[in-house]
Order: sequence, then structure tokens, then C-alpha cells
Amino acid sequence: MMKFRHLLTVIVTLGLACLAGVSQAQLTVEISGAGSSRYPIGEPSFAGEALMKGSVTEVIRKDLDMSGMFRQIDGGNLLAVEGQAPDYNGWRGRGANAVLIGGITQGQGDLVDVRFHLYDVAAGTELFGYKKSVRPDQSRVLGHYIANLVYEKLLGMPGLFATNIAYVEKNGSQFRLMMSDFDGENAVPMLISREPIMSLTWSPDGQSIAYVSFDKKKPIIYIRRLANSFHTVLANYKGSNSAPVWSPDGHRLAIVLTRDGLSQIYLINSDGSGLRRLTSSSGIDTEPVFTPDGSQIYFTSDRGGSPQIYRMSVNGGGAQRVTFSGAYNVTPRLSADGKTLVYISRNDGRFQLTMMDLATQQTQVLTDSAKDESPSFAPDGRTILYATEVGGRGVLSVVSTDGRTRYRLNNRAGDVREPAWRPFEK
Amino acid sequence: MKKLAVAASLAALLAACSTAPTTPAPVQPAATPAAASDIAPASQPTAVTADPFKGFDKLDSNPALAKRSVYFDFDKYDVKDEYTELLANHAKFLKATGEAKVLVQGNTDERGSREYNLALGQKRAEAVSNNLKLGGAPEAQVEAVSLGKEKPKAQGHDEAAWAENRRADLVYSQK
Repeated sequence: MMKFRHLLTVIVTLGLACLAGVSQAQLTVEISGAGSSRYPIGEPSFAGEALMKGSVTEVIRKDLDMSGMFRQIDGGNLLAVEGQAPDYNGWRGRGANAVLIGGITQGQGDLVDVRFHLYDVAAGTELFGYKKSVRPDQSRVLGHYIANLVYEKLLGMPGLFATNIAYVEKNGSQFRLMMSDFDGENAVPMLISREPIMSLTWSPDGQSIAYVSFDKKKPIIYIRRLANSFHTVLANYKGSNSAPVWSPDGHRLAIVLTRDGLSQIYLINSDGSGLRRLTSSSGIDTEPVFTPDGSQIYFTSDRGGSPQIYRMSVNGGGAQRVTFSGAYNVTPRLSADGKTLVYISRNDGRFQLTMMDLATQQTQVLTDSAKDESPSFAPDGRTILYATEVGGRGVLSVVSTDGRTRYRLNNRAGDVREPAWRPFEK
Repeated sequence: MKKLAVAASLAALLAACSTAPTTPAPVQPAATPAAASDIAPASQPTAVTADPFKGFDKLDSNPALAKRSVYFDFDKYDVKDEYTELLANHAKFLKATGEAKVLVQGNTDERGSREYNLALGQKRAEAVSNNLKLGGAPEAQVEAVSLGKEKPKAQGHDEAAWAENRRADLVYSQK
């Protein structure tokens, strides 16, 4: 059963754009990664593309390129006719393992019919074939959809091409909470403020976003529901209210308050009730994050004299130190399987995205930049979006845990920071 | 102009009456227009005998209260000895001037985690406000908040800018 969940999102975001009534500066993409063992696939071709606004194949090609997982092979003068088996020998000769061939024809009413097939060149078989009827202006949605099917079929992992990201854009003295497609397209503001916005975090169902705003001259935590654009105050206690993160079941959040003096971690129900203090240290405890099973919390603390990452039970009690090398390890984030920890470590004055295999405790610096911040795992559990700085300006970068995916989202108009990759919608 | 003169003389009168050590909570109309104190000339003849820390107008007139920033070392939140006198003066002022309220805003340089910096800024603000309270400033007149690295005063990306931004400011308001 094929469903265009992404379509809904686009409609919602377009609606938001109309409401906001402002012109957009899109993020541009710079792909820098190139894995050594990329999957060789024939360049997709779709006959009849002129029937749609925008090129479907262009969207698919860019998606596959951005993933860093594919090498696209020019088909030259090999015939590609939708509905006919491809020239397997010809593709084999060019080194392709698979090829995607499609065709677009006029459908009923205003719709166009899009048929596409993925072939296993080595085995000489068809892997899948689909027909979709869409509006001519849906080439982007359709392209992402097809790219996801190809990605998942050939690599056995879910693709990210229909996901969204949220981030904060700073333009002069204006701060905007933005939401866009995974590649920075269709960026629309969800919130505009003269005061800083930070620490975006999605609910596990992808339907709400919690964030910290300085709107009232001090940090307060808000939750915004996408469906109705309502925002409600989650926590506005004396002092600072910050670092929200959702529990895996979505029922509560871990937050950081200074109401009792120091920054300490608290649990609070998503409706703002049931506040309970979790940590009691004499230093800073902040940046909590739940393990995927919800039983533990990783967090940053300077209880040992320098900021390091610790973990403790969600029921409180003692904490174990997790990072030991270096004097500054902060902002823990966990992969969906709970096996990989990423965080920011300071190495010779450079703040870099670092990964730890929790089973072996082996660590690896994933970037060569100097001002990395705020990592956010994509829902595939292997791709990480983070903020960094290039040429004195904030940009968003993407790297995968195996280093194969690597690209950057750049906004020439201002600083972008505080990214949060939206979970797969449930 | 006439208004000015009245205000000035009123301020002088107030300053004069507050010198009397035996006067318990003088019948100061606490609601003296704030504007009046702003224009009160610093060199009132009576200021010689007045408590230089009593009255909101002293913020402008007393040079001992002019400095309102405390600077910190990288990743540190302990208040350095050089600020002992500065904070003692402000504590004295807060103790003597019940209508003064101070917001201690902690800031950090741009390096590192936003959330950790927010916490660090809070600790700096707490350290300064604890210092004020130890010096006698009433709890209710002091509030510590953090701006983290979100509102840098110096916009540069070098050590000079970072040093300027590792700072807690005393921001006064009148109750």
C-alpha cells in the first residue's frame, strides 16, 4: 500500500508559508562526501517528464547523490523504455548493478500516470514495479518517494528523502524557527521572534516540537503542535527553563531548571504536570537524553570538575561517567538502537562531533571542523545532522556514522543552527 | 525648567533627611518620580553627609557603583578577587536601597554547547548574586538569570571578544 505521507507535510508547510507571508531564503546543498564502496546504479530515466512541472529524475538523482551511498552510471545510448526489460548486458558492461526506468503519461483529469520499475541488472530480474497517479506539480514529492523505494530495496535501510528537519535561522536580530524538507527545500517559518530560540526537539510521533525561547527575556520551554500551530508553555519556573527532550513513549520530557539554584534535570509530563527533580548535584547537570528503551538518561555534568557525559536511571540514583578522554565532552545523543553515542568533544581547542561505540567504548571524531554543535540523529539511526561554522557563518552539516554520507546545508542569507531531524511519522 | 529645579531640590531634601541616623525608615515618599532622581545633579552639597549608597539615584551619582560587570575565565564561574570591592559596593547599595532590584545576567563566550553555556551563564550569575547576598543584599532584590551565549555583547570571534562575553552584568530596576 503506497501512501503519500509526505504530501500532507507539504500541504501543511505550504499553509504555514501562506500564513507567515514572508519570502524564503532556501538552504543550498553542497555534497562533499564520497564513499569508496558506493552502490553502482544506472542513472534513472523517465520518458514523458515534460508532462510534469519539475523533473522527477532530477529529484531522484540528487537524493541518491546526497545519500553518498550510490554511484550513478550514465546509460549512454542504452535504450530505456518503460514496461520493457532493460538491456541487462549493456548495463552490466557499464558496471551498474541496478537500474530504475520509468515513464509518465497523461492520466485521468488533471492527473498524470507515473510508472516505474527497478531492475536487478546482475540477476536480470525486476525488483519492483509501481504505478502512481499524481498532480503534475508533485514531482518533488514523487521523486523523494521513489528514491526512498529504491534506497530501501537496494540497501535494506529506510531512506530519509521524505523526512523533515527543523532548525533556527538568525537573520540580523531576527530569529526564525524553520521547518523544511530533509534537503533544505520548502523552508517555512513556524515562529518568528526578536529573541533567541534554541534547543529544538521533536516528539517521538513527529507531531510536536519543543523549544526554548527567550521571548520573555529569559529561557522558557514551549511546545508547539504542528497540526494547529498552537504553542503552549511547558515550563516557566523561576530562573532558566531549558534543554527539553521527549521520552520515547512521548508522555513526558526531561528538562533542565534552575529554580532550585543550579541547572538540574527534572522530569515533567508533556502537559506540564507532575514535575519531579531527577538529579541533585552540586554542579551543572544539563542536556539530558533518554535511551531508546526509556530506562536511562544520558546527560552532561561538570560534577567531576569538567563537563563530561554521564548516565543514570530515569528513577534517579547514582550516575556513571561515560566519557573519560579530554576536558570537554558535551551534548550526548543516542542512535535509535541505543548502541551509538555521539557528542561534541573539544580537541586542541576545536569542538568536534565525536562518536562512541557504547559496547567497545571506542571513540572516533567524525568531522574536521572546529565549531560543531547540537547533533541530531536522523530517524535511520546512522545519519547525523549538526550545526557548525564555515567562513564565520552558521551552517548545517550532515555526516553518517560510517562517514559515507556527507553534505552541507548552507544559507547565504544568515546563520542556521540548532537542527533537529524530524522522526518518521507514525 | 521649573520642574527640574523642584525635582532637584526634592532630591536634595530627601538626601538630607536620609542622613539622620536616628530616622527609622524616613517618611520618604518612595514614589518620588523616578525621573527626579535621574536629573538630580551628582554634586549636591548635601551629598557629602548623605549615605552614598542609599537611594536609587546613587546608581548615577556614586562612582563606586558605576562598574556593573564581572568578568570570568574560560569555563570558570568563580568570582575573581578583583571584583570583591565592586560587589561589596553593590551589596551595600542594595541593602540600603530597598526599592532597587538587580537582575544578574550571566553570559558566556561563543565556544561550545549552547545548553552547557546556558548553564554556565547561570552559574556565573548565581556566583555573583551569592556574592551580593553575602555582602548583605536582601534575597528578594536579587535575581540570577542566564543568557548563555545567545546575546553576545562583543560580536567578534577572537580572544578579546570571548573575554568580553564571559561576563555577568548587574541590571538594575526600581521596584
